[in-house]
Amino acid sequence: MIVRIFSDGQYRIPADAQARLHELDIATVNAIDAGDEASFSSSYKALVELIHTNGERLADEELEPSDLMLPPADITLEEAREEFTGEGLLPD
Amino acid sequence: MAGLTGRMSTIVKAKVSKVLDRAEDPAETLDYSYSKQLELLQNVKKGIADVVTSKKRLQLQEAQMQQQVVKLDTQARQALAANREDLARVALERKQSVQTELQSMDSQIAELEAQQQKLIDSEAAMRAKLEAFRTKKEVIKAQYSAAEAQVRISEAATGVGEQMADVGLAMQRALDKTENMKARAAAVGELEDSGTFDDLTQLGPGKDDIDRQLEAIGAGGAVDDELSKMKAELGAGGASAPAAIEASTGATTAPAEADAAPGEEAGGSGDTP
Repeated sequence: MIVRIFSDGQYRIPADAQARLHELDIATVNAIDAGDEASFSSSYKALVELIHTNGERLADEELEPSDLMLPPADITLEEAREEFTGEGLLPD
Repeated sequence: MAGLTGRMSTIVKAKVSKVLDRAEDPAETLDYSYSKQLELLQNVKKGIADVVTSKKRLQLQEAQMQQQVVKLDTQARQALAANREDLARVALERKQSVQTELQSMDSQIAELEAQQQKLIDSEAAMRAKLEAFRTKKEVIKAQYSAAEAQVRISEAATGVGEQMADVGLAMQRALDKTENMKARAAAVGELEDSGTFDDLTQLGPGKDDIDRQLEAIGAGGAVDDELSKMKAELGAGGASAPAAIEASTGATTAPAEADAAPGEEAGGSGDTP
């Protein structure tokens, strides 16, 4: 599976890390729903770290489409919430 | 997947396909995607220049605020020396608020610098991807008749579209940050201007109300000095007043000072600032 972290790069993630990735992803969304800043930043940080430690970074010449995309590692809770409302973070 | 990653992926894919769907045939999709990416690369370069300009402006403002701190400190000392504790307090209060603003400005400038570096990195990565895409594009176009060309085109175009979205977001965030800081800098400018409360029009350049009051104290002191000097002259003159006036036409103050020298009041007033 290929994962892109925005403002970072693309990583190829082995199958055995995917369950944990999913867990942390859900924890992050729960923290956003609860408006819990501390829990949001700790679970999102753990998610990014999991990808960095388990993933293999793709070279610049590779143009693979990603299976999953993550917002930048330094995203704020407020920005993450925007991602779930209206147009989302991305500019047109 | 219902997570944040799933949400992000859905949005990005929707935006990318919206862009790619504008082209009719696959070869056109590739060219269109390439020209879009070139366009974005130009925007990123412009965005970096904007961030650099804003940062420089803020650094300039920071330097001015540092001067303001030194000035307010000097004013507070002058006010205290003149027994104007109230004025000294006003100066120190302003100094505090400028210093607080300076601290947050420091961290904001550092953050802006980090954003700028990220943008520069994004631009470099984007250029490398773009070059790879250009090469791949020509290969795919040449193999267009092959059965898998369609799949490869959509993959390549999607991969490159994602990269566009990625850099686009980085740029958007850096520019938002810049706008934010411009607004803060403007607020700080207003704070500095508030140093001139009511009589802004009557002040010379670079002078505020504290300067003016300090000058008033100085002027008051000079008047007092002159008054006491005059008093001393008149007191020492007494009966020989005409002689003193006659002498003063030659050398204005020298005889008066010589006459007044034994008096403590005249000597003291000469030393008082």
